[in-house]
Amino acid sequence: MGAELTRHVKRNLVAYIALLPMAVVVIFAYLGTMAWSVRLSFSSSKLLPKNDFVGLTQYFTLFDTPRWLTSLGNLVIIAFFFLLICFALGCLLAIFIDQNVRGESLFRTVFLYPYAMSFVVAGLVWQWVLNPDLGIQHTMHGLGFTGFVLDWVVNPKMVLYAVIVATVWHGSGLVMALILAGLRGVDTEIWRATRIDGIPTWRVYLSIVLPMLRPMIITSLVLLSISIVKMYDVVVAMTNGGPGTASEVPAKFIMDNLFERANIGLATAASTVMLVTVLLVMAPVIYSQYFRKSGRAS
Amino acid sequence: MSKRSTATKRPLTYQEVWGRIGIYAFLGVLALFFLLPLYVMLVTSFKSMDEIRLGLIFSLPQQFSIDAWIKAWTSACTGLECTGLQVGFGNSVKILVPSVIFSILLGAINGYALSFWKVKGANVLFACLLLGSFVPYQVFIYPLVRFYAQTGIYGSLPAIVITHIIFGMPVMTLLFRNYYSGLPVELFKAARIDGAGFWKIFISIILPMSVPIAIVAVIMQVTAIWNDFLLGLVFAGRENLPMTVQLNNIVNTTTGERAYNVNMAATVLTSLVPLTVYLVSGRWFVRGIASGAVKG
Amino acid sequence: MSSVSLQNLEISYGNVPIVKNLDLTIEDGEFLVLLGPSGCGKSTLLSAIGGLADVSGGRILFNDKDVTWTDPKDRGIGMVFQSYALYPTMSVERNLSFGLRIAGIDRAIIEKKVKWAADLLQITHLLDRKPSALSGGQRQRVAIGRALVRDADIFLFDEPLSNLDAKLRAELRLEIKKLHKTLKSTMIYVTHDQIEALTLADRIAVMKDGIIQQLDTPLNVYNKPANEFVGSFLGSPAMNKVEGKIVADGDRLVFVAGDFRLDVSRYPFAQKIESGRPAVLGLRPEHILPAKGEAQAIEGKVSLIEPMGSSILAWSTFDGISLSHLVGQDDGCEADSTFPVTIDIQKASFFDVGTGWRL
Repeated sequence: MGAELTRHVKRNLVAYIALLPMAVVVIFAYLGTMAWSVRLSFSSSKLLPKNDFVGLTQYFTLFDTPRWLTSLGNLVIIAFFFLLICFALGCLLAIFIDQNVRGESLFRTVFLYPYAMSFVVAGLVWQWVLNPDLGIQHTMHGLGFTGFVLDWVVNPKMVLYAVIVATVWHGSGLVMALILAGLRGVDTEIWRATRIDGIPTWRVYLSIVLPMLRPMIITSLVLLSISIVKMYDVVVAMTNGGPGTASEVPAKFIMDNLFERANIGLATAASTVMLVTVLLVMAPVIYSQYFRKSGRAS
Repeated sequence: MSKRSTATKRPLTYQEVWGRIGIYAFLGVLALFFLLPLYVMLVTSFKSMDEIRLGLIFSLPQQFSIDAWIKAWTSACTGLECTGLQVGFGNSVKILVPSVIFSILLGAINGYALSFWKVKGANVLFACLLLGSFVPYQVFIYPLVRFYAQTGIYGSLPAIVITHIIFGMPVMTLLFRNYYSGLPVELFKAARIDGAGFWKIFISIILPMSVPIAIVAVIMQVTAIWNDFLLGLVFAGRENLPMTVQLNNIVNTTTGERAYNVNMAATVLTSLVPLTVYLVSGRWFVRGIASGAVKG
Repeated sequence: MSSVSLQNLEISYGNVPIVKNLDLTIEDGEFLVLLGPSGCGKSTLLSAIGGLADVSGGRILFNDKDVTWTDPKDRGIGMVFQSYALYPTMSVERNLSFGLRIAGIDRAIIEKKVKWAADLLQITHLLDRKPSALSGGQRQRVAIGRALVRDADIFLFDEPLSNLDAKLRAELRLEIKKLHKTLKSTMIYVTHDQIEALTLADRIAVMKDGIIQQLDTPLNVYNKPANEFVGSFLGSPAMNKVEGKIVADGDRLVFVAGDFRLDVSRYPFAQKIESGRPAVLGLRPEHILPAKGEAQAIEGKVSLIEPMGSSILAWSTFDGISLSHLVGQDDGCEADSTFPVTIDIQKASFFDVGTGWRL
């Protein structure tokens, strides 16, 4: 067994060497840093990392910090509306474009271009468009509709929805592109069969075609979810967490505590919470994907 | 279509006519919503500040001026420094070129080794790498900062380039691995029988066949790295801040009156590279999204 | 029960005509096969009958009722596709019943129909499965079942067996034939496979370039091909073709091709032949028979033999003309020897050199 292994490694030695950079990156840059972050969350580190052990103290502090709780609540609201609207809008766009429309490539280009732009740009642009003294409200007042109010970016109650508008604008093209690619891959004979069966078009999409696109739907939801958890740039550019703490998000909370508030223990505790959440959410998705695959192979 | 064939075309019913109108109305309204920000940025960037103060944001410029663009490029201020966006542009290019080249090269080598060679434990490593791509950057950032500080490269060009290579690795490896596993294995077997080794096969057979996927990879990496904000902010250091970070600094610097025309010109300038890549690459861009996204 | 009548039918895709000025009447309860190479317009024609392709001229009548612009679901048809086109996320039971549910038919009736179709096709044990868990043959049975539950008067089959392997194809072919015998419905069946056409059809319509070349019973299409195309498209092993001249020799007619001469006086020419007329002789391998000492036997030099199981295909040269012919296993035909044969000229075909039409 041992001799066999040596022979195998010898035969493929160059391949082992070629994969060394990947191994280093995975072991040190991914797993190592992850482990150290988690380790630091159990320490009392402030400006500099400390090697002591204070148990769950940082976690208790964390969940006693109103700013963190606000961030979490905001993330839930944003994620819910963002996923819902992006997905519905993306699907509708894809289905409408699939109706043999003229200027199809123009529509596709228009709906997807925001996805090519940075989140910073998305945040800045919508900050201007929604700015009451400059954008839509200002224009409506100028046109004589003086009662018109659209002050989402400066209204603590509505600022999250302004962020949602910007992110939906940025992300729904992605859903459209993926779903449209899926729609184009559907066997045309399925469509012919549904016409013989006399099934209305909307029903075909709902009951037959969209269920067939399950892999694309999961992929786009996963991609959107990742972008929402990582969401930082758009908030920094659009509102910088304000007004007050009304649009704080976890990623920004962590960055602030790492670099401005010099509270490394708390920041790593927060990032560990995010890590665990992501892994918990991702595990069933990955599991179901693998599970389905093995089911189909048999 | 010939006149004869259209003459015998089935007449559309009222329901179908209204359906068509509804489809175009829906798509048209949403197209306006998607184009609105770009429109606002473009018209405002060609206006003077006086016109912006007095007029409405959606109206066309009465006096067409490119002053704001020149100012944004050469003399817009971040705090006390008034050097314009050109500095950020230069930094972004300096970061972009080595990051794109090395991340794609490594992705290709990884993908090749993973799909054609038997390396024990490689798939476990790859799975970890993929899982890592789901984890928010915030988990990795602080330890990486400490590591770069220890090695003395924190806040320098190598630090940000290495960081981009690290975080680009999952998607690049996945992209090339999936592409290579679609190539016929016979090709590889024939080359091995001819006596070619690991690098010989890679360079003379696999790389020349990788052009389409390499184009997709370039598109993905150029857009991703150019649009990055967080990593550039943390790792690049004051001297090398990328364009996105500089843009945000320019726009959110609160000294005096906000120069909306300059800010919007600066925003368009920052978007120019990914926007051009997107418009030129067309369907390749979508292919990048799809192939990088479907987990295999 | 329904008859189908196509009148002056024209179908074009953009400016490209696919089907040209086509007239065809299919009797009630008839099994008609549209046979032809790919791109001949047979599938487009079937789509038009099903209402899935718009026609650019002419009319389609079902039972003398104009259905040219009628919605597919209102035509009383069931259709079976090459790729099965089953709804992949639904169970077999739902695949069969979905159309009926949408039409708002009573649950009990749906259940009865599904059970009837499933019993007929022996797929009752598969009702709970998803299409992905079925074999190709089972999938096609389900697809046929979906057409059955619709109470269709006319069944359309679009190359239903071409995705199956040879053994399953033979099995399902028989199944479809039985089904036709049981239901006695009108069936229109598109295929490029001549065996399917010959075994299933009441009548075959051989198509090429959007035009029906010959419409006749399988036997007639096979034995008396209307033109050179039909003759060579049907038959395996393929028909031999020899170009030559027909010359009068006293009161006899002789086919001459170089040194090769063949008495063709007994061939039933459809028209009067002038001496010296160029013609193509079409000769099926099974119509060149091993000679049993007849006077008019000719000697061939055997160059190759291909054993085909039940018989042997021999390639021989007769006075400079190479012909393939079938011999029995016990006829003692061997390569590089000589072998005497007789030619059954009554079963041969002559075609015009220019137009290819039968003489």
